[in-house]
Amino acid sequence: MNWRRASIAGAAALPIIALLAYGTTRDPKAIASPLPGRTAPDFALSVIAQGEAAQQRVEGDTITLSQFAGQVVVLNFWASWCLACRDEHRALSDVAEAYVDRGVKFFGVLYDDAPQNGRRWIEEMGGQSYPSVDDPRKRTAIDYGLYGVPETFFIGKDGRVAYKHIGPVTDALLVFKLDSLLAAPPSKTPASP
Amino acid sequence: MTSLLGALWLALALQQPAPQVPTIDGSKTARDSALDRTAREVSSGLRCPVCQGLSIQDSPADLAVEMKHLVREQLAAGKTPDEVRAYFIGKYGEWVLLAPEPSGFNLVVYLLPIGLVIGGAVIVFTFVRRHGGAHLPTER
Repeated sequence: MNWRRASIAGAAALPIIALLAYGTTRDPKAIASPLPGRTAPDFALSVIAQGEAAQQRVEGDTITLSQFAGQVVVLNFWASWCLACRDEHRALSDVAEAYVDRGVKFFGVLYDDAPQNGRRWIEEMGGQSYPSVDDPRKRTAIDYGLYGVPETFFIGKDGRVAYKHIGPVTDALLVFKLDSLLAAPPSKTPASP
Repeated sequence: MTSLLGALWLALALQQPAPQVPTIDGSKTARDSALDRTAREVSSGLRCPVCQGLSIQDSPADLAVEMKHLVREQLAAGKTPDEVRAYFIGKYGEWVLLAPEPSGFNLVVYLLPIGLVIGGAVIVFTFVRRHGGAHLPTER
């Protein structure tokens, strides 16, 4: 065997093998969003499920993000056909109720689904403490760079997207993110568009 | 007989002039088709977020269809193709481009295949020059 030739071939193949190996460590579905740090896109969407008690909104009412300037807002994109949305439903509903007195607003955004399906799903799941709005033309979904459900956006008091979570959220994650957003001092620099 | 009549009917039908599409303004139609062409071109370069390797132009997914409408709307509102692309990059990152911008680290994607082809050619050339014909079976 020609050891010199074999070692040259090995050295040439090594970077390609390393590149392929690096590729296997990455999740192709985990795509970094450019939104965190930027001003959250405003929207005007109609309420399709009113929510409960303190968070209740009139069905058909229009919700805009700008109405809640200076408050922490959690936007959760969901659908009745989404299985993972079932896993996070209880956590979202409970934490939204627990943080209502601290000025945190939760909104569900129905994605690629019929409002009647959404309302039926909420009923099946035993209710939802916060209201849900409909995004019939998916423009809000596009504005938020959505590529699946569930996806949850945490918007700080400064109006910027602080964090985007892909997949079902847990109580622990919601509490951690909300506590850090509520504790954050008001930003002095203007939010970038 | 039936087939003969059918063929005759088809021949007559093909000779009929195409129905005129009523247009209010010829220049408007030309502008619309130019707009559609640009919209198709931009949409063909944008990745469908809910598909695997499809452009929003080719994807039948609802989200892709809506993105396609948005591309056309933005172009009709006077945005340039680059501004429309920038809008989508601002929402989804450079990932949304089917062909990444040839700058920075992305250059690797463009230059690596060329480097590999040149390297391969050099190896083949060197090998053939050293061993050219040495292993060819001799004719008896």
